[in-house]
Amino acid sequence: MSAESSPPAGGSPVASGRVPPGRPAYGFPRRWWAFLAEHPPPGAATVNRRWRSPLRGPWLTAMFGVVLLVGLPLVFLTGLLDYLAYSPQFGQAFPRDVGWLRLPQFDWPTRPSWLFRLTQGLHVALGITLIPIVLAKLWSVLPKLFDWPPARSVAQVLERLSLLLLVGGILFEIATGLLDIQYAYLFGFDFYTAHYFGAWVFVAALVTHVALKLRRMRTGLRSRSLPEELITYRAATRPEPPDPDELVAARPGPPTMSRRGALTLVGGLSLLLAALTVGQHLEGPWRRTALLLPRGRQPGAGPTGFPVNRTAAAAGVRAADTGPGWRLALRAGGRTVAVDRAGLLAMAQHTVTLPIACVEGWSTVQTWTGVRLRDLAALVGADGIAAAHVRSLEKAGLFKQATLQANQVLDADSLLALQVNGVDLSLDHGYPARVIVPALPGVHCTKWVAEIEFRSRTGG
Amino acid sequence: MGDLAARFRAAYGAPAGHLLLLVGAFTVAGWVALRLAAEPTSGRMLVWFVGAAIAHDFVLFPIYGLADRVLQRALGTHGVPASGPALLNHVRVPALASGLLFLVYLPGILRLGRPTYLAASGQDQRPFLARWLLITAALFLASAVGYVLRRWWAQRR
Repeated sequence: MSAESSPPAGGSPVASGRVPPGRPAYGFPRRWWAFLAEHPPPGAATVNRRWRSPLRGPWLTAMFGVVLLVGLPLVFLTGLLDYLAYSPQFGQAFPRDVGWLRLPQFDWPTRPSWLFRLTQGLHVALGITLIPIVLAKLWSVLPKLFDWPPARSVAQVLERLSLLLLVGGILFEIATGLLDIQYAYLFGFDFYTAHYFGAWVFVAALVTHVALKLRRMRTGLRSRSLPEELITYRAATRPEPPDPDELVAARPGPPTMSRRGALTLVGGLSLLLAALTVGQHLEGPWRRTALLLPRGRQPGAGPTGFPVNRTAAAAGVRAADTGPGWRLALRAGGRTVAVDRAGLLAMAQHTVTLPIACVEGWSTVQTWTGVRLRDLAALVGADGIAAAHVRSLEKAGLFKQATLQANQVLDADSLLALQVNGVDLSLDHGYPARVIVPALPGVHCTKWVAEIEFRSRTGG
Repeated sequence: MGDLAARFRAAYGAPAGHLLLLVGAFTVAGWVALRLAAEPTSGRMLVWFVGAAIAHDFVLFPIYGLADRVLQRALGTHGVPASGPALLNHVRVPALASGLLFLVYLPGILRLGRPTYLAASGQDQRPFLARWLLITAALFLASAVGYVLRRWWAQRR
């Protein structure tokens, strides 16, 4: 079509120091690719002329890219850790069957007690914080989508297809994640399955993209000096020199914003989202700073006024089920011991201050009082404990039961809590008794406990 | 050997390593697609996956790009003076922030998924629309105050 890329006129010393590799040449079959290039659809040239921002260029794209390169792997890893916190070895991490994408399994530790609070908090909060940077990065490269010809070789066709996996992947993960933490399951498919496998598709595309573009990113970052950009006003802002990827506009308009302004804007938007999210982990009045998220509001006042993850009404647990007729069934090796609430209160009581954290991105620290799980195991004569299966009064739902690992049963801070903050549990918080275990995902701290079965290493 | 590599490169359009990397990404995606194909909702997942990219590139981007162009035209040369603060950016920034908040916190603001929200939290989503509007108003107000202060500062010098 037009002339092949000429050396950048009046380029910066760095850019002119090395020879840009230029546009990729046509692959096989040459004639077809050339034909495609010479027959643009009507309007292609107009679209190309309308990209006017003088800020687009390899340096700006690389700046956004490097932030995402640090941030996104952290979101991915904390997401995987959250999955592992659900003890996949008991088939209770969702999706259950992940084939070759099975993670190395280990017993999720109970220390530090804020471990799950940290991993899920980082996953959700960092994921939200990176949204403006993802959008800015996409803005900076969007003209490439409308490039003509769309490809000059099979290599480019494949690379562009992989970008669909990359862009579709990150936006899919953001959309499903945001809907999940706000309980709006508009998509009509299983969130866990979609978010888990979607993450792998995205990460595979990301690894490929980074491997292909890392050198470009480094060149881009070195092409300008950040400290210098941070003192450059709007009026002194000039477009970057033409680049082989043609990120720089062919006919840039006058600057309406400096690069420092653009970076401040994107960073500021990230900080705004972070500021409106972190409140979901804070106590007292600070919690309200999560103004637009579900857990910025305390559902009530007083010692049991902290958020719940599932109400008794939603769980189908009625006050009648939890009245004086309630008994806790403890089972081990074929033996069963039934204890009522008075019996539990007569046992040694322990008080611990532990966080309860939900994978949907919120947590709260409360003071729980109750009986140690290991004391209950002793009561029913269980030894050589490998696991404990806890069942709730709940009739339905994924989390009406949970299996605890041996370390989670035996930890001195693992309780069957009867009270919180000095008062009896409220029905919504799991009255008459609930599990609380350090660093265990909130949904596995089963509420309205009906039965605990201790399983030994030898069988049962 | 070198000749073969050069010929591959010329025909394919990139070195063999490029193909290898892409095959890796497509293998993972293909394996996941095959695995999920049996799910009754796999079609929906695919629609959301591809739809997310299409919605961004062909809906969201044109909308904010067009809005920006309209704004620039409306403000004309007053929007971006040769020196001093740009009124354009003092409209752009709060508008962008408000739009972003709307997108991110859309389920609460539009009260989507009410039954699941109630079951999970025991609450309704009533306050969120008003809060978003108030935050938007506060952002525009702060930006306006900032503009006035910056202009005053620029004129004083």
